[in-house]
Parts: sequence; C-alpha cells; structure tokens
Amino acid sequence: MDDLCRLTLHEAKVLLERGECSAVELTEACLARIEQVEGRVRAFLTVTPDEALEQARAADEARARGSSAPLLGLPVAVKDVISTRDVRTTCGSRMLEHYVPPYDATAVVRLREAGAVLLGKTNTDEFAMGSSTENSAFFATRNPWDVERVPGGSSGGSAAAVAADECLAALGTDTGGSVRQPASLCGVVGLKPTYGRISRYGLIAYASSLDQIGTLTKDVADAALLLELLAGRDPRDATSADVEVPTYTAALTGDVRGVRLGVIREWLEHPGLDPGVAAAVQGALETLTALGAEVRDVTLPHSEYALPVYYLIAPAEASSNLARYDGVAYGFRASGAGDIWELFARTRGAGFGAEVKRRIMLGTYALSAGYYDQYYKKAQKVRTLIKADFDRAFEAVDVVVGPTSPVPAFRLGERVDDPLQMYLADIFTISVNLAGLPGISVPCGFADGLPVGLQLIGRPWDEATLLRVAHAYEQATPWHARKPDLS
Amino acid sequence: MRLSLADVEHIAQLARLELSPEEKELFREQLSAILDHAARLQELDTEAIPPTAQVIEWRNVMREDQVTPSLAQEEVLANAPEAREGYFVVPTVLEDHA
Repeated sequence: MDDLCRLTLHEAKVLLERGECSAVELTEACLARIEQVEGRVRAFLTVTPDEALEQARAADEARARGSSAPLLGLPVAVKDVISTRDVRTTCGSRMLEHYVPPYDATAVVRLREAGAVLLGKTNTDEFAMGSSTENSAFFATRNPWDVERVPGGSSGGSAAAVAADECLAALGTDTGGSVRQPASLCGVVGLKPTYGRISRYGLIAYASSLDQIGTLTKDVADAALLLELLAGRDPRDATSADVEVPTYTAALTGDVRGVRLGVIREWLEHPGLDPGVAAAVQGALETLTALGAEVRDVTLPHSEYALPVYYLIAPAEASSNLARYDGVAYGFRASGAGDIWELFARTRGAGFGAEVKRRIMLGTYALSAGYYDQYYKKAQKVRTLIKADFDRAFEAVDVVVGPTSPVPAFRLGERVDDPLQMYLADIFTISVNLAGLPGISVPCGFADGLPVGLQLIGRPWDEATLLRVAHAYEQATPWHARKPDLS
Repeated sequence: MRLSLADVEHIAQLARLELSPEEKELFREQLSAILDHAARLQELDTEAIPPTAQVIEWRNVMREDQVTPSLAQEEVLANAPEAREGYFVVPTVLEDHA
C-alpha cells in the first residue's frame, strides 16, 4: 500500500468509502513517505505523527458508525502561518519558534469538522515574506523535481509536500502569489480564491488587504473539493464574504466551449519571460482553443506598475501588523534589556530575519511623515488603476490567462542576496492580489525538465468558471499526472 | 533616492528595530534600490484617481455586541515570556519616558 500517499483527495475518498483502505493506512503511507523523502525535500517544520494517527483511528471509527464527512480520514498539511490549536505555529520565524496557539484558525476548524487528518505544519518564508522559502529562519525547502532548486514561496513547504506525495493536499496562503508561484514551480495545482472567500481568522497577518488562504492540490477536482468546504462567511472575520458558495465540484463539466479567454499580451511579451515557459503557455492556449474556448488578446496597461505598488502597500501593512511582536505577550524575548524600549528594539532586532526587517523598514518609511503621499498614497492610487484594467478586461472576456511565474524553479541561493531579483519572481501574480481576484495555477508542461504553470484569473467570486476551465485543460493534458523521481 | 545613514537610523527607531552597523549599511543600499524602483510610479498622473485601501465592496460590517466565552487566562499567559499572578511581566516602563 506504499502508493496510497500518491492519491488525490477524491481518489482516496473513493477507496475509503468502498472500504478498500483505511484512514490509518492512508496516514501511515504519508508518514512513511515523509520518513523516506523529508531528508531531501525538507517541506515540514513540524510533523505530528501521533496526533495524525489518533485522528485517523477516530476517522475510521466514525466511518464505521456511519459518518460520511467530506474529508473523513484524508491526510493533509497546513502552512505554518495558519494557527493550529496545541501545535506550534512558527511562521518560519525565530520570533514564534515556541509559540503554541490556544485556538484553531477557522480554515483548520473546517478541515477538522470535515474529518481531515492533520499531518503537520509546512515550511514558509518568514511571515510569508518571500518567493523561495529560503527566508525561513529554520531551513530552506527543496524542489522535489530538483533538490538543488527552490520550491518557490512563500508556501514552498506546502507545494513541495504535495508534489513529493508527503500529503494528499495542503493549505497555503497567497499575499502576492505565495500559493500560485510555488504550485507552478513544483508542478501542482495552486488556487487563490477571491479576497474574502475564505476566513482569515487565525491566519497570522502579513498584509491584511491582500492575504488570502488557498489550496495546493494534485489536481483541480481536489481544489474544488477543498474550496467548497473552506469558503463562506465567518463571523470572526469581518472581511469574509457573505456571498453564496456554489457547489464547485459540480462546476467541473469538462466543457469550455464558448468561454472567452483573454491572453495578457504584456506578460507573454515580457522581456523577463523564460522561452521555455512562453512555449508551454503558448501550447496551453492552443489546447484550450482546440477544446472550444475563444482565445483573444487583452491588455493590462498598468500591470508593469504592480511590483512597485505591491512592495509599498504590503510592507506598509506588514510594518503595522508586525508591531505586535514586542517580546511581551508571546513569542521571543531578548534578554538583558534595561527598560521596555530597549526590550522592544532588541527583541525585534534579534527575533526577525533580514527580509522581515527589510519590509518593516520599507513599510515604516512609506508610511512616515513626509513620505506618505509620495509612496503609500501614490501606490494606493495606482492600485485603483490596476484593478480598473482587470474590470475592463472582464467586459470582453470571462477568464484572463498568462504564465504564473516568469521562470521555472531557480537555484537555491541564486536570488536570495538580491531582494529586487527575488521580487521579480512575483511579477505575474501580485496584480491579482492587488485587484482581489481569484487565480489558479495549473501544470502546463516543462521547461528544461522543470514544471511550468499556467495562470488563470477570474472575475470576483467566479471561482466556478476558473475551476471549470482549469479542469477541462488539465483533463486534456498529461502534465498533472507526472511525478518527480525521489526514489 | 539615496537614503542616508541617519535616515536608516530614524526609520529603525520608528519601527523599534535594533540594527547592527552592517545591517544599517546593507539596508541603506537595498532600501535605496527598492525606492528607486518605486519611483517609477511618479510617471503616472493620478491626480484624479481615488486610492484603493481594500477591494471588497461592503463596509461597516456590524454585529450584536454579545458577551461570549473567551480564552482562559492561563491559556493566554502560557505563551508569555514572563508572567506572574495573572500579569505579563516587563522591565521598567515609566522611569525615563514618563
């Protein structure tokens, strides 16, 4: 039964329902896989085998009693910026190395209520700030397709764990591309829903107007299954939407005839776009055309400004959100401080890593007296223009299409010393967060043996169309079924 | 945009971050480069454009003010670096900064 860990959620669900395997066997298969590959992949910050097996046994007993909860007995992983009761939640930071949340995030509550088995917590760039998972204070996660390369980030641990079959699916978070970009680099499906679709309660905040929980899965059907369970209004998050949640799994009809797809010219002609990525995306457009979709060009004239807008707005929000780490109520405290002001400065100086400090500094500057209008307010105004570009595009098309990442997985260490180079990894994903739209990355081929992702972007709240197109494309192509060789 | 060492020290003070001399120099370089990149936004005329702080359409989400159980005090204090008799313990606050 070594192959059980290779299953998707929906495949494993069928086996469980037919009694052809148990939740304990599934969980043991994932734990054995973690044991086998984790020394090379390093996707997890915390693995909780005892708790996982206990949950699996409880799931098997519940099934014997007649329960048919939607994820009953299915082993999943959770990014370590999402709070889990009684399981340490570090955010990839020394600041929270020993922090044990006294409550679950709403997304985790929903996973538990659906019967899922939680295997552990996955590695992340510190406080989700990064595009390679190299900014984790603990260690870098490796790309299962080539362990000398990065898995992307910041949800690199979740993407690598799914790609390496260490779990069936995982939760991630996406503030500027942190679900879609690692999904692209690891050859899995990454869904970032509309801002407000999934409650952020218990998601430890980075940039609150952009943060959104998303999923990393082995195929599109699993993304639909998870979104159906996670989406919806939560009284504990005032920004969670009171918008109807459709049955996403029913939207996967396989039919895309007549769907209007808009190709973003600026992105396909971008000088930083790798030729192998361009070729894979071009091939995907041909497949979608053959399936009956109408492909036409759209233009997002302000998308070239998305990067500077993001790197003013997100750090500004971060500088405020991360003010809470002061060494008083929880988390790391520096020793030897004479008074409270020294305690704050020393704790934050020693507890945060370089990228977090850089963004706090940048955000503090952008919000400071004399620079607020020039930087922060200017960025907010250009954000309006970026959103308006999408609004205009969606008058003519149903879904906007482009590459997810300009390049396939890059080498460990290649960009980590040059923040601007690292930030360029997100050029095609961040405008989607700035506009609050849903986006998905699906595998669309390989460039030099490394996975490439196709990004589909939808209207607000229209994840159903996004999933339908992504699923039809996936089912017509072999890419999602390819696995990295970690034997 | 060329930040001075004094600029960097001022920002670090506002952000309550203790930085080493090496970090100050590194951030002076890196933040200057990032702000140069951001200067591209000045190309755009945004005089008549309203700012976007968030993208959701609704505002003022109201609810009844109801008393519900909260976390137990000992659960909250369990993560504190130092706690005593139901309080967080911190070094002197008022001495020099009253």
